[in-house]
Amino acid sequence: MDFNDTAEEAEFRAEARSFLEKHLKLKDANTPRRPSGEDFLKRAKEWQKTKAEGGFAQITWPKEWGGRGGTSMQQVIWNQEEGKFEAPTGPFAIGLGMCVPTVIAFGSNEHKKRYVEKALRGEEIWCQLFSEPAAGSDVAGVKTRAVKDGDDWVINGQKVWTTGAHFSDYGIVLARTDPKAPKHKGLTMFIVDMHQQGVEARPIHQASGGREFNEVYFTDVRIPDSDRLGEVGEGWKVALVTLMNERLAVGGSPGPDWKEIMDYARSTGTISDQAFREKLADWYVAAQGYNLTKFRTQTALSRGATPGPENSIGKIITANQLQDICNSAIEMQDHYGIMNDSDTMPANALFQQSFMWAPGLRIAGGTDEILKNIIAERVLGLPQDVRVDKKVPFDELKQG
Amino acid sequence: MNFDFSEDQKFLASEARKFLGAQCTTAHVREVLDDDAKSHHEGVWQKVVEMGWIGAAIPEEYGGLGLGMLELCVIAEEMGRALAPVPFASTTYFFAEALKLAGSEAQKSSILEKVVSGEVVGCYAASEGPGNPDPAKLKVTFDGSKISGTKLPVTDGDIATHAVVLVKEGAGASLVLVDLNADGVSRKSVSTLEPTRSHAEITFDGASAERLGAAGEGADLHDAVMNRAAVLLAFEQLGGADRCLEMATEYAKERYAFGRPIGGNQAIKHKLAEMYVKNQVARSNCYYGAWALSTDAAELPEAAAASRLAASDAFWFASKENIQTHGGMGFTWEVDCHLFYRRAKLLAVQAGAPKVWKEKLVSALERKNAA
Repeated sequence: MDFNDTAEEAEFRAEARSFLEKHLKLKDANTPRRPSGEDFLKRAKEWQKTKAEGGFAQITWPKEWGGRGGTSMQQVIWNQEEGKFEAPTGPFAIGLGMCVPTVIAFGSNEHKKRYVEKALRGEEIWCQLFSEPAAGSDVAGVKTRAVKDGDDWVINGQKVWTTGAHFSDYGIVLARTDPKAPKHKGLTMFIVDMHQQGVEARPIHQASGGREFNEVYFTDVRIPDSDRLGEVGEGWKVALVTLMNERLAVGGSPGPDWKEIMDYARSTGTISDQAFREKLADWYVAAQGYNLTKFRTQTALSRGATPGPENSIGKIITANQLQDICNSAIEMQDHYGIMNDSDTMPANALFQQSFMWAPGLRIAGGTDEILKNIIAERVLGLPQDVRVDKKVPFDELKQG
Repeated sequence: MNFDFSEDQKFLASEARKFLGAQCTTAHVREVLDDDAKSHHEGVWQKVVEMGWIGAAIPEEYGGLGLGMLELCVIAEEMGRALAPVPFASTTYFFAEALKLAGSEAQKSSILEKVVSGEVVGCYAASEGPGNPDPAKLKVTFDGSKISGTKLPVTDGDIATHAVVLVKEGAGASLVLVDLNADGVSRKSVSTLEPTRSHAEITFDGASAERLGAAGEGADLHDAVMNRAAVLLAFEQLGGADRCLEMATEYAKERYAFGRPIGGNQAIKHKLAEMYVKNQVARSNCYYGAWALSTDAAELPEAAAASRLAASDAFWFASKENIQTHGGMGFTWEVDCHLFYRRAKLLAVQAGAPKVWKEKLVSALERKNAA
């Protein structure tokens, strides 16, 4: 058991660090938490390109696709170091974390040549088109139809909660190709060009006030059969690979943590409150437990293990904790805590922004309840929920 | 970085689990539970001594195996899992660690070898009543050669041959070593919530004692002993918590209600998933504690507190929800759930309750982030 870098790891860390110092500023208290907008997108693309050229984008991917061919421990080190800087990384998380790995796993050689390196260099952004108004936790219930027409498929339907669809170039879309089959059997996955005729992304005005997610409408969208990922009817299998990667990717550090509320409590005097101190200890222990669990996972990955369902614990811990911390930060100042007026109480804004974002975090990428089901069924081996829809043809299912 | 036990350490864990699975079953635990005259299980203790585990982290020059703290952590987890009804923690995590930390060469060479051989059973006496012992307010006094006053409760105080005692000396606190069979020592067993681990009241009336470490160093040494013991106790708690999760999971798969296993219901599944999450949080914090302990890292105070807090929370939650999952059966004397429930509470308050460790943790974080 050793937390120190090996000689090779230390060398890599120094190299990463000097690269970052050359290109970015260190984070400080004024770093915006969840930046967005055209300018941010432009900076994000530039940074992704810089990383790719420096050999630091997708460190574990093979060199033939523009990766570094490095170790997962190097990726951890890179993430640790990059996290200390003002790095605009958000727009690529879904594409590089979930979509493109799915293309790598199920795409043809042509797909990989066409898409992987461009995504890695930040030239093209991807989104994941799974959820629908009636298919959230029950993802396999999607109704978006893909009908074969000659060498093409014609897609009609609606997706929802698609992060970044409005600035994405490509997406992976889960569609129903056989409504007569039971719901998991009639699905197929496709690559879709988001700029083509018939694709319309409408940003959703979220409870938080932001507009990161979209509704996406497909009206007679034609996709060539060559842009299918996996076999016809095997879309669920493909989706599971994406979802597994999603659970690894989400649950990072989504907002203010124990350190920030500790600093805040020191500035307000609440730090001397015994009840607050006990809560602070709980937050530290859980956050530390999750961070260290990631180290255990990385150690296992570096020995050749594959990421498993146990990674579902991350978001359960972090999303709840974020909500709880922000709630306490607001209550800390009684009536005063409600204000985020920039002249009077600028510090409140940080916690209030995350307070409004936290409910979404507990839902996105699998609700707490779904993640607990995954742990119960796939880690502990408990029986699956009763699924009355499992063998019923999809078009005979009750829906509402 | 490598955040896992080595293959050798994992082998030790699996051997320890096999051994305890055969030699220290809950039937052995119940022999102690059901017999008021029994303070511990002598047969199990004898075998633990023979395995050399007490000396796992004691240097070879004193007769130990000279392995290391990581190996002791691995054994502790298995002892906790088996609810071993023996004075292992008292002797090994507290008494022997105090000697290793503060003992003179003469003290170490005269005592540690006897600890390893089982001739000396140790205990650690700090508590004098409700609340965490405050070195500034101790009532047991030491005048340089003799101690007087009462310690209560002392885990294994009735079966130990020797004690390390936290005492007031002049204006400060010190640690002293006492032979409990000497004149001026009287002991009385006290009954507790957890009868498989014995407790006593020890009264010193001018008993001979020798200082461990320098005069006035008691508060710092006590902290150091607590930090070390906290990590080891946390591993025991982790072992117990994991066993509770296994018991609950096994039962939820085989117990049918409404025509299917109860583990098919989300209310039960989510409860067990929460247990799993807490146990993972505890395991990861414990590993960090083990690392800090084995390397004498500057982070030990935070790491010890976090491992103890996470493990206390995990074991408490797992032990209570294990009973709940078992339903009415879980509330019977015959089913083992209550053995874990009792042990969980003992381990959570021994060496300071969660409230105490939360304060230690936050103080450490404040110091660390002061700059």
